[in-house]
Amino acid sequence: MFNESLKQLSKRLAKKEISSVELTTEFLERIKKFNPEFNAFITIDEEKTLTQAKQADQKIASGDTGPLTGIPVAQKDIFCAKGWLTTCGSKMLSNFVSPYDAGVIERFDQAGAVNMGKTNMDEFAMGSSNETSFYGPVRNPWDVAAVPGGSSGGSACAVAARMVPAATGTDTGGSIRQPAALCGISGIKPTYGTVSRYGMIAFASSLDQGGPMAKSVEDLAILLNVMTGFDQRDSTSLQREKEDYARDLEKPLSGLRIGLPKEYFAKGMSSDVEKAVEQALDQYRKLGAETVEVTLPNSPLSIPVYYVLAPAEASSNLSRFDGVRYGYRTQIYQDLGDMYRKTRAEGFGVEVKRRILIGTYVLSHGYYDAYYIKAQKLRRLIAQDFKHAFSQCDVIMGPTAPTVAFDLGEKSSDPIQMYLSDIYTSAASLAGLPGMSIPIGFGDKNRPVGLHIIGNYFAEARMLNIAHQYQMATDWHQRMPGI
Amino acid sequence: MQWEIVIGLEIHAQLSTQSKIFSGASIAYGAMPNTQACVVDLALPGVLPVLNRGAVERAIKFGLAIGATINSPSIFARKNYFYPDLPKGYQISQYELPIVEGGEVSIQIGESEKTIRLTRAHLEEDAGKSLHEDFHGMSGIDLNRAGTPLLEIVSEPDMRSSTEAVAYAKILHALVRWIGICDGNMQEGSFRCDANVSVRPRGSDKLGTRCEIKNLNSFRFLEKAIDFEVERQIELLEDGGMVRQETRLFDANKGETRTMRTKEDANDYRYFPDPDLLPVEIESDWIEQLRESLPELPHARRERYISNYGLSAYDASVLTSSREMADYFEAAAEQVPEQAKLCANWIMGEISARLKKEDMDIIDCPVGSTILVTLIKRVHDGTISGKAAKTVFESLWLGELKQDVDAIIESKGLKQISDDSAIEKLVDEVLVANAQQVADYRNGKEKAFNALVGQVMKATKGKANPAQVNAMLKKKLS
Repeated sequence: MFNESLKQLSKRLAKKEISSVELTTEFLERIKKFNPEFNAFITIDEEKTLTQAKQADQKIASGDTGPLTGIPVAQKDIFCAKGWLTTCGSKMLSNFVSPYDAGVIERFDQAGAVNMGKTNMDEFAMGSSNETSFYGPVRNPWDVAAVPGGSSGGSACAVAARMVPAATGTDTGGSIRQPAALCGISGIKPTYGTVSRYGMIAFASSLDQGGPMAKSVEDLAILLNVMTGFDQRDSTSLQREKEDYARDLEKPLSGLRIGLPKEYFAKGMSSDVEKAVEQALDQYRKLGAETVEVTLPNSPLSIPVYYVLAPAEASSNLSRFDGVRYGYRTQIYQDLGDMYRKTRAEGFGVEVKRRILIGTYVLSHGYYDAYYIKAQKLRRLIAQDFKHAFSQCDVIMGPTAPTVAFDLGEKSSDPIQMYLSDIYTSAASLAGLPGMSIPIGFGDKNRPVGLHIIGNYFAEARMLNIAHQYQMATDWHQRMPGI
Repeated sequence: MQWEIVIGLEIHAQLSTQSKIFSGASIAYGAMPNTQACVVDLALPGVLPVLNRGAVERAIKFGLAIGATINSPSIFARKNYFYPDLPKGYQISQYELPIVEGGEVSIQIGESEKTIRLTRAHLEEDAGKSLHEDFHGMSGIDLNRAGTPLLEIVSEPDMRSSTEAVAYAKILHALVRWIGICDGNMQEGSFRCDANVSVRPRGSDKLGTRCEIKNLNSFRFLEKAIDFEVERQIELLEDGGMVRQETRLFDANKGETRTMRTKEDANDYRYFPDPDLLPVEIESDWIEQLRESLPELPHARRERYISNYGLSAYDASVLTSSREMADYFEAAAEQVPEQAKLCANWIMGEISARLKKEDMDIIDCPVGSTILVTLIKRVHDGTISGKAAKTVFESLWLGELKQDVDAIIESKGLKQISDDSAIEKLVDEVLVANAQQVADYRNGKEKAFNALVGQVMKATKGKANPAQVNAMLKKKLS
């Protein structure tokens, strides 16, 4: 049952073949069984979870059901959930129980979904391997020696190991797509402004975007229908008419023009990944699509631009963690300055501190124009590249990550190598475009490979259609790690 | 050497919105600590700011009132620094593209007018309060004030004396209340001034090194602080020293300024556009709507009082120092346009003095404008003397006899004797009884005339119309 789609599970619940409490218990058992090894969860609270399952059962009994009523969903620990420990993977928030719900949490609650717990993540979403978490690294269910990717590594792992049917993630430069690829699942980062950021702990405000992670594209569409929507508490939330993301899933792909950026296929991609991507593109041609070469000339700059802008925003966003009002505070201090320094030195991990320093530097007097302003200009050029490319194609495809999952510790001492994990994903983030990853096979050491699909603004339904048609023709998304 | 004083002011006006600039919490003054701080004000993880339209509206009104440019788009920026009463570790303010740019106001010094240019006015949030007493070696933080909307109004360095600076501050204080964007309560910190002060040799066009004096919460302190600071800087320079650029704090008890922080330990605030807030686009329709909603502004009224009622520039300025006073004046002057000057004198004299004594505002003045007009009419038509009018005013103030002016005049017997034959009779009696003075006067002793007038007034207990007494005496003695 744990490999069934959301539709199938929902049907079972509606037919009362199984109750939400039973379904939830079944997944809780899997969490108990696998989590000690994979460390996908930071917080599991059976009582809270089962209370929600009971409420869902009451809803079902009263006929008040939706596609997610009674369905277990894990929440990335970046989303504030009332009464839940909400750590963001950091010692700094290791004692923070949120007094309020994030917009996303509210939406899942209203839909009757059952919160299965808070998933592990890179500290403050800064990382591509889940190794920066204060709560320890997450393991890749396909190979415990490998990282699951990050920052939404806990969610990716939990879905891949079938500890939950679905989970939420957030993506700033690739944090949904890259772990989805490395764990062999599907994930989508919608257009910036589509999912409320209210209650989603900020890393880089102009880039952060929530999105769903699941086994299949069909599931993503169902989850996206719940997660998205205008939230007046988030000034960057877009006021658009509600749409059904599943509406175009079944459309045929004939006439589809797939853009292949020559920069993505030039160098840097490992051969196993390249092979899997070529096979996937062949599949698409069989489905009636044609491929065209496009160019994103500024895309090689996306990593440097990203690593100026994201740390700049982060350095300011993380200033509130000062030990004054909540969260971690150092034990012994002489005065205010000492309290600040020790609290932040002890409360933040190495990667977070590195980015705060980079961000502080690029915003400093005398450096601002050379770094921050220049990066903003390049950001606009990167977005223009996409605009031009989308005049020649419907979607852009390429690898999600340059390699399959790497080993734990392999890149953790080399930040630049780690940052390059997001080389294909960060450009779409900078442009605010929707991007997704779907599993398309396996590379070296039998580790999963993901296909990256970038769409134009608000083209999520079309992207889901394109990805879903692939999954109808293949079964990579149904493969399960042999655990 | 002759020194020229150069002053620019930064004024923080708290905007009179219901809720905070980026959250829905109330900004009412005086609540229990931290009871008006919601999750956004506390800067909990994940919270986001949402701009209060009312704050923007007030800033636009201000810009329109001073003839400034309203920027669209206007950008909110983060000013980064650590302090316990700054919950986010940054203040949301404006840096490049403030909402209001340029504009000017004119100040009145005696009978002469001077224009003061404004640099900009930008929206920002206030910080909370740190309380250093009662916590046994610790500090308490009250975040009720955190997020209160402020308009920071920055002038050009156009003022040349503390008198001009105070006049400018008072003009702005009047203006923000006039257009209803700030209650102007200085005790509660709704209107706070910082002064940038420098001196330079007269004739020089280069600005001297300035010091910023922080948090001057009364006009008197503003004046004293500037005067002290000017003297300090001149003394320094004349002794061959240099002024160091720094921020200074005014100690009201000692009447002096002292160093708060030097330029060297100034923060690098690392301003950058706040990515949580989109650029503020202001539709021209909205601006026009707000322009139409503005009341007639003080300077327009001042001009009107000068041209319509023949008031002096000084009088017109005083009367337009608050909308309430101007309204009071106008209500009275409209009824007796030819007596507008008398109305002005009453308001600026007797009424203002009495209000000040009772610590009241003109809006609460127990003597209404129509009653004042009746009183003025009685003086004008000779029913009572100007002196008696003050007695009547006192009765009116106390609400005696239902504020019936005539009844009060009657009951107090204040009516002047204006009957010619009655006065003639009195004068004749006095002339007979004071033959010596009459002789003195005829021998050229002018003083004797006044003594005779005094005798007539005395005989009528001051009720005789003095002008008529004078005329009658002159006639009889010639």
